[in-house]
Amino acid sequence: MSNVPAELKYTKSHEWVSVDGDIATVGITDHAQDLLGDMVFIEVPDVGATFSKGDDCAVVESVKAASDVYSPVSGEVVEVNDDLADSPESVNSEPYQSWLFKIKLSDASELDEMLDANAYSGVAADDSH
Amino acid sequence: MGKQTPLYDKHVVMGAKMVDFGGWDMPLRYGSQIEEHNQVRTDAGMFDVSHMSVVDFTGPDTREFLRKVFANNVDRLTTPGKALYTCMLKDDGFVLDDLIVYYMNENWFRVVFNAATHDKDLAWVQEQAKPFSIEIIEPPNMAMIAVQGPNARVKAGAVFDEPIRSEIAGLAPFTAAYFGDVFISRTGYTGEDGFEIILPASQASDVWRSLYGEGVQPIGLAARDTLRLEAGMNLYGADMDESTSPLESGLGWTVAWEPEGRDFIGRAALEKTRSTGTHKKLVGLILEERGVLRNHQKVVVNGLDDGEITSGGFSPTLGKSIAFARVSNNIGGTCKVNIRGKHVLATVVKLPFVRNGKPV
Repeated sequence: MSNVPAELKYTKSHEWVSVDGDIATVGITDHAQDLLGDMVFIEVPDVGATFSKGDDCAVVESVKAASDVYSPVSGEVVEVNDDLADSPESVNSEPYQSWLFKIKLSDASELDEMLDANAYSGVAADDSH
Repeated sequence: MGKQTPLYDKHVVMGAKMVDFGGWDMPLRYGSQIEEHNQVRTDAGMFDVSHMSVVDFTGPDTREFLRKVFANNVDRLTTPGKALYTCMLKDDGFVLDDLIVYYMNENWFRVVFNAATHDKDLAWVQEQAKPFSIEIIEPPNMAMIAVQGPNARVKAGAVFDEPIRSEIAGLAPFTAAYFGDVFISRTGYTGEDGFEIILPASQASDVWRSLYGEGVQPIGLAARDTLRLEAGMNLYGADMDESTSPLESGLGWTVAWEPEGRDFIGRAALEKTRSTGTHKKLVGLILEERGVLRNHQKVVVNGLDDGEITSGGFSPTLGKSIAFARVSNNIGGTCKVNIRGKHVLATVVKLPFVRNGKPV
């Protein structure tokens, strides 16, 4: 069973979000990394790029496949995790420490539409069958 | 739910992620795919390949029949147990399947076809066999386990008792023999030494367990693919199929043109292609920037489409992305690959990328 920390918010497309003020930190879930397998390349967005909720904004590539990461919220990218360029495998070993980017929220109400840990656990479980 | 091999329960118990492969439920990986890959490169791993199609051709016309349906020449097989890699072509010279054929005796050749092509292969050979006095038999209830890696032969041998253990150790590359009711060939699909073992399904679980006891780790299809990619070995359906000829698939070496009188199926079409010259060839690519090459990405030279990747992925041994690509004959030493709209630099190389655990 995959790890789903209670304090985070989630999307059906397997991103996690941690919110601090008006900054959302985004990564992919333990369930997602487990499905994708060994990570070999992470393509993060450019700082300053703006996305609408649901836009594809990053790519995680495992040995198996390339998968789009979708922005869980609308806003402007203010920081990206450059460490992942040299250690993409940390997304496998520590998915909730290995954030991809931080985005400044343009519409905080979008957070209300995200899943809590309980709801996301249900999505992940359905997905495993 | 797909077909299950005799080792299906073993895979589930060992925690494998199961996927559909050619109608079979097969293990994709048990844990980390990269660790499985490295296990085969440095020690020994085992693969359930029971989904492969074992077909025996018997009867007085067997050699004559196989001379006709295979592009390589079975007349190269005269010693019992000797194996030959070949394509089976259609009349248009395109590839129906690739396979290994073993010479057992003058009235018996054994063929191992791919899994996903089983039905069309059998239909094809049955149709072609009509004028010949042969029988086509699929031995029932068989399992097949590949043991591969630098320590594979020693560890696999340890599973068997003497004198079989010593006899197995003496098996030459690309040959096979029966040891009791177990058929063992010194072949594989990883670029490492090792065996492929065809055995009664009833013995499969015991042999699998014994191999595991010798430290041979189970390896899934995911690592099987990166291993064969590094080793420069083609995958049917990706690198060649019914729309490509062996000459543009890096398999010209498997076509036996001599003797000229051997009229194998596809010969006339291939000769035409050979006389006018092929426009495409299969090469290796090494990505020189970050990213991963994937099947069907476009190769770009001087801003123009030049071909496409047929098999791409990440090479754990090189720590870089590698691929096979079908490109124009006159491609230079470098090219670009279109990865999601970005043109990234790749070096064009000869295959293979890795042999016996080492980059070449």
